[in-house]
Amino acid sequence: MADAGRHPNIKVLTMSEVADVKGYVGNFDVKIVKRARYVDEKNCTSCGDCTKVCPVVFPDEFNVGLSSRKAIYIPFPQAVPSSYLINMNECMGRGCSKCLEVCQKKCIQFHSSDEEINVKVGSIVVATGLDPYDPKEMDEYGYTRFENVVTSLEFERLVNAGGPTKGDLIRPKDRKQPKSVGFIQCVGSRSKRKGGQYCSNVCCMNTIKSTLVLKEHHPDMEIKVFYIDIRAFGKGFEDLYTRSRSLGVQYLRGLPGLVEELSDGSMRVALENTASGKIEYHDLDMLVLALGIKPSAGTQKLQEMLGLQLTPDGFYLEAHPKLQPVDSATRGIFFAGCAEGPKDIKESVTQGSAAAARAIRLMHNGMILSEPITSEVIEEHCKACGKCAEVCPYNAITVDVKNKIPAKVNTAACAGCGTCAAECAFGAIVMNHFTDQQITSQIDTLLAENAQDKVLTFACNWCSYAGADYAGVSRLQYPANVRLIRTMCSGRVDEKFIWHAYEKGAPVVLVSGCHIGDCHYINANHWTEKRVGKIHKKMEKRGIRPERLQLAWISAAEGVRFSNVMMQMESLRKTVSAEEIEDTIRILQYKGKNDKP
Amino acid sequence: MTTANGAKPSNDSNPRIGVYVCRCGLNIAKTVDCEKVAETAKHIPDVVVSKDITYACSEPGQTEIREDIREHGLDRIVVASCSPRLHEPTFRKMMKQADLNPFMLEMANLREQCSWVHINEPEAATLKAEDLVKMSISRVGLLSPLFPQAIPLTKRTLVIGGGIAGIQTALDLADNGYEVFLVEKNPSIGGVMAQLDKTFPTMDCSI
Repeated sequence: MADAGRHPNIKVLTMSEVADVKGYVGNFDVKIVKRARYVDEKNCTSCGDCTKVCPVVFPDEFNVGLSSRKAIYIPFPQAVPSSYLINMNECMGRGCSKCLEVCQKKCIQFHSSDEEINVKVGSIVVATGLDPYDPKEMDEYGYTRFENVVTSLEFERLVNAGGPTKGDLIRPKDRKQPKSVGFIQCVGSRSKRKGGQYCSNVCCMNTIKSTLVLKEHHPDMEIKVFYIDIRAFGKGFEDLYTRSRSLGVQYLRGLPGLVEELSDGSMRVALENTASGKIEYHDLDMLVLALGIKPSAGTQKLQEMLGLQLTPDGFYLEAHPKLQPVDSATRGIFFAGCAEGPKDIKESVTQGSAAAARAIRLMHNGMILSEPITSEVIEEHCKACGKCAEVCPYNAITVDVKNKIPAKVNTAACAGCGTCAAECAFGAIVMNHFTDQQITSQIDTLLAENAQDKVLTFACNWCSYAGADYAGVSRLQYPANVRLIRTMCSGRVDEKFIWHAYEKGAPVVLVSGCHIGDCHYINANHWTEKRVGKIHKKMEKRGIRPERLQLAWISAAEGVRFSNVMMQMESLRKTVSAEEIEDTIRILQYKGKNDKP
Repeated sequence: MTTANGAKPSNDSNPRIGVYVCRCGLNIAKTVDCEKVAETAKHIPDVVVSKDITYACSEPGQTEIREDIREHGLDRIVVASCSPRLHEPTFRKMMKQADLNPFMLEMANLREQCSWVHINEPEAATLKAEDLVKMSISRVGLLSPLFPQAIPLTKRTLVIGGGIAGIQTALDLADNGYEVFLVEKNPSIGGVMAQLDKTFPTMDCSI
């Protein structure tokens, strides 16, 4: 921590959050908002004179509310930066000013305000960490009702020499040292009812560690651990587990069904011991809930800002679970630590180093090669209407509507979604590698034989196509008459592709892409949604059943959803008769002869 | 049609397509009749070479394709194998090594989106595989070479989150001479780790 604070190449911005990210790999423009600290971070010597005179007392967050702090405080003694701060919502302000009077270094700055910092970076590493599971909803363990039921994080503070009790374990209700302690595992993990369904990875070992800490100081303490499985899979882990058992810690298989408080404040735990098959009661002075790990609160906001994907559990989705574990699907953005999934310190450090190496690999040349899958304007067809510039999520297109100067694409800024090409009414934009002809030829080929049996699906590269891959990896079976056409973004799916498909006898068409808010191209799928709505209306007008065109948002992690949608599409296809298809072809051909749809 | 820098210009204007149906060991071949798919593709106009191949991505597989490119003057390739999300970069590199533009490649997804999801329907899966390959052939015939552009880059990294993972990332980057902005929403870096007493497996303090 201190190394990072001192390093000449690292600028540590605390109390700061990323407010906006624009740009693309190699050239991200980042807006950071740094909240006011009201204490001069550079000159504060953390002497603590200010906090002594501050009259305002609040619970201390670092000690999870087990001790108190003042309105002017330092989060913990080793904090980096080593500086006090004022919580202005708590401070009595100018009327008090006691801290201002005693600070010899004149560090108190009541008038400072939030700061906006703009910085250009080449790569981004998302290491937003975790939130511990909130056990309030799991009240069978009595966390909200019984003082002597504490969380594993509260326990950490209670045994920490720097904590509120200077490391002497006491139980909160009567401040007595407990003679027996129970640990309940998997609180918020591995449950279909409450918390996450996944294993939180660290809680088994954390509990084993805690039992060793307790046994070191209190060899006679009775310690019981209630568990489903003990997962001691890492290097050196089994040794610790064995040591814990040999010191007399009892491991009892089964999670308690009920916890009650006895008159002396201790806890009675009812357990179905799944090893012995018996119902047992265990009286313990204190209970510790081994909390699981949840994605940190700001994950979704950042995910939308950066156009990243999440797993159903809410953690960030890596580009490949084995081969690109710290890469995101967006070039130039990497993951490290619990942001990507629950993990321990060693794994977090490993990922941190891996993310750094991946970022260096990207940046070391000082330049990068752009993806050439970008759009291009055919100037002689362009009417300078401005539509392309309006829909471009990257502001990569400039067009002078007033002076009728044709559109121009900044290829470095173009990310290649193809929305401009789909929205251009004059065929003036070529989307390289996904041209009208290339996609139309795929449609023609797939509908050339037995068109009535096929389910034509447009899938975007980042979400729904990846979701289809995920269905494959999971061996989820779905009807074999589905045919996918990959585009980079669902925004590329031009209205004319859909009419063309129906004219060629397609019974049903599915347009699929990232969920709204998850679009890899910021918000290009909004245009997909609008467009599909427009086509639905036209279908209705022309006497074509609008249900035959479906829109589905499927994320890269939703293999199950993908296969379900495919089954629904197949059921829908079965409702389309040969006559209906014939009718549609006739309608569209007639329409085509008179005016282009 | 323009050709890639250093690419062999073909003698006639017709595309010369090579089709490689990967068996992926048994991952694809167990369900899809790869030989039949390759045979069907052989009769499509502009397809010069079409064969099934055990592991297209392996070194022998790639060598075979590269040799065919040279021998038959192929100018575009269809690889029908796994998802392009997995091996498109591999085969684009292979194209480059054979002096072809990497974008003259098209992949048909016969594994994740065919053999693995229609395990119990070998006939329907084979039919689908044929369709997917045909679609790829028609598409590959219309592809044009593309050329990446060199764009400048800022040698600086934003690390969001000052827990142990973010700190490690920042230190490794900084020690390698890169500038880092380490952004933390709390008043101190350290994250949840800083709140822990002892940490496993070393049983030492966390800070």
